[in-house]
Amino acid sequence: MSGEKKSVSEISRSVYDRKGKAAPKFKVQSGLTPEIIRTISDEKNDPDWMREFRLRSLEIYEETELPAWGYPLDALNMDDIVTYVRPDARQSHDWESVPDEIKSTFEALGIPEAERTGLAGVGAQYDSEVVYHSIKKEVAELGVVYTDMDSALRGEYAGMVREHFMKLLPASEHKFLALHGAVWSGGSFVYVPDGVEVPIPLQSYFRFNAAGAGQFEHTLIILGKGASLHFIEGCSAPKYNVANLHAGCVELYVAEGARLRYSTIENWSKNMYNLNSKRATVEKGGAIEWVSGSFGSHTSFLYPMSILRGEHARCEYTGITFAGAGQELDTGAQVLHLAPNTTSHISAKSISKNGGKSTFRGGVTVSENASGSKISVACDSLMLDSRSRSDTVPVMDIRAANADVGYEAKIGRISEQAIYYLMSRGLSENDAKAMIVGGFAEPISKELPLEYAVEMNRLINLEITGN
Amino acid sequence: MKLPLLEIQKLNVNVGEKLILHGLDLTINAGETHVLMGRNGTGKSTLAAAVMGNPAFSVTDGKILFDGENIVSEPPDKRAKRGIFLSFQNPEEIPGVSLENFIRSAVGAVSGETPRLMRFQKELYAKMESLGLSKAYADRELNVGFSGGEKKKSEILQLLTLSPKLAILDEADSGLDVDAVRVVAEGINRYRNGGNALLIITHNKRLVEDIKVDFVHVLRDKKIGLTGGRELIDTISDGGFGAVGEAAE
Repeated sequence: MSGEKKSVSEISRSVYDRKGKAAPKFKVQSGLTPEIIRTISDEKNDPDWMREFRLRSLEIYEETELPAWGYPLDALNMDDIVTYVRPDARQSHDWESVPDEIKSTFEALGIPEAERTGLAGVGAQYDSEVVYHSIKKEVAELGVVYTDMDSALRGEYAGMVREHFMKLLPASEHKFLALHGAVWSGGSFVYVPDGVEVPIPLQSYFRFNAAGAGQFEHTLIILGKGASLHFIEGCSAPKYNVANLHAGCVELYVAEGARLRYSTIENWSKNMYNLNSKRATVEKGGAIEWVSGSFGSHTSFLYPMSILRGEHARCEYTGITFAGAGQELDTGAQVLHLAPNTTSHISAKSISKNGGKSTFRGGVTVSENASGSKISVACDSLMLDSRSRSDTVPVMDIRAANADVGYEAKIGRISEQAIYYLMSRGLSENDAKAMIVGGFAEPISKELPLEYAVEMNRLINLEITGN
Repeated sequence: MKLPLLEIQKLNVNVGEKLILHGLDLTINAGETHVLMGRNGTGKSTLAAAVMGNPAFSVTDGKILFDGENIVSEPPDKRAKRGIFLSFQNPEEIPGVSLENFIRSAVGAVSGETPRLMRFQKELYAKMESLGLSKAYADRELNVGFSGGEKKKSEILQLLTLSPKLAILDEADSGLDVDAVRVVAEGINRYRNGGNALLIITHNKRLVEDIKVDFVHVLRDKKIGLTGGRELIDTISDGGFGAVGEAAE
């Protein structure tokens, strides 16, 4: 990527924990009823098809059971969750028009600064609605569309949105997608026309401020033939004593020869249930690259799926998960090889500490059609103490005769001798551990844009040293 | 009277249940160079580990005084800050951490102030060159894929950069070819500034050929069994430990 930066300013921990004081303009009652769904639909001025889609999704939600696997979700009670919180702000295209209280939150997170110095466009969501969305003029002139989803639903690309919305991730697939279909709000729509290469990244930032609420943003990205884009997603929230829920949905369409990189640093607070769904479909010769850092949340279920539909389509997944005290993070990647000579590389790392639990769940399916496909899966887990836990659940279903499949897994405890070696050079025990863990995470951080790499290293330091 | 830099008194060291050192005494003054010899398994590396504070070794009795203060219960980082350095026989590999970042962090930790990048790099690269390490090694992951010789040179590079009061070199020459031994010996001599001290653990006469040695100790029966001048090195090199009164192995 061009426009690479050499230095970034640091953000202090207190930034994530600041609770915005601005009272929301409107919020629905907690729980889920057809009335609440209709209210959300009215508030958002949905087209009729979307209103029906929401109500149908609610029916599916009510008929669907919770997943029977993974970490428990008992403490998540939907009756207590407020599914829609409208901030007291209209969506704006310039930061000056964003209310001070909300603007200062994003300023503290460094978003306007990042926009000035190295992004092609920025979307900023506060609770359920997007409060800021903007794209650089020269990028818009290439025909690139980057808007909030509400505008996309009604605007020039309404047909395209309707054609793709929750088609890759249907509401019937699992309970939280059904929930998403019913109450979704916010998120971004991106369309990059054929042959257009967006030179610097677009970034959407999701800030969740309300206690006991849910955030259900929808991200829809469509790349034309030969297009390329780097999209960055960031998220954070202050900590509350009640459960919060994030059930977003990301649908990515990568046309022939197109290339999409989707980078995420997730730093939800530790009362969050992060039950997010992400999926990409990739046509002939196209590529999807996922870069994912999962640090926050109480419980996560997150497995981006890549569907390789066209010959020579590729996917790469590079992810790291850090589970600290009280965290149960179940993450991984799924790939569906449906065409010949498709390639997937999954590289997953996990760190667990102070009783944190992390599970890598990988799923690779190679259909009979996908002859000559290459698959490599590597997972590497580091446990910082004997109370922590790390599990690996790789599932491979290989039906093509001549697929080339590689798998390796390493699970280990942090080396006492390595800690001693670094301490003998003057580093404190915590600094030594942070250095070892930072080195372990380095293959992922080097894939991230500089701001995010710095943020990730800082999050690691924070988790280990507490400052 | 001036305090010794290092004064070890009646030291007992265990690894698990096993007593490795028993009643060991050793005094090193500022400016002195001591060589420690002894058969394999007599506890030379254990002594180095005990002075550095390796948590896998427990001091069950005795004192280790550094500048007059007992450091026995201090963690290794505190000892490093006091000015103790150990060159490891087999330094750990730390993936994802570059040699340069590691040394810069170490200098920051020991001195309390992280050195300015440009100036630090300039000095580091000059020291690397003097040890025959190309600049490219600064970006290499610490000890990962380093040959035996490169690991030793990396340890000496750290010694030169951190400039401690007391350097313990645990077989800084093992596995090195003749030229590499010379480079390491030159590095050791560059470290000397008259006020600092060395404890060199070695089997190799060549390493200390060009180094001024004040005392040579032989570790046997869990303590310092014999102390002499540099002539002891030649005696042992030529005649083995039998030549200094030990029973045949």
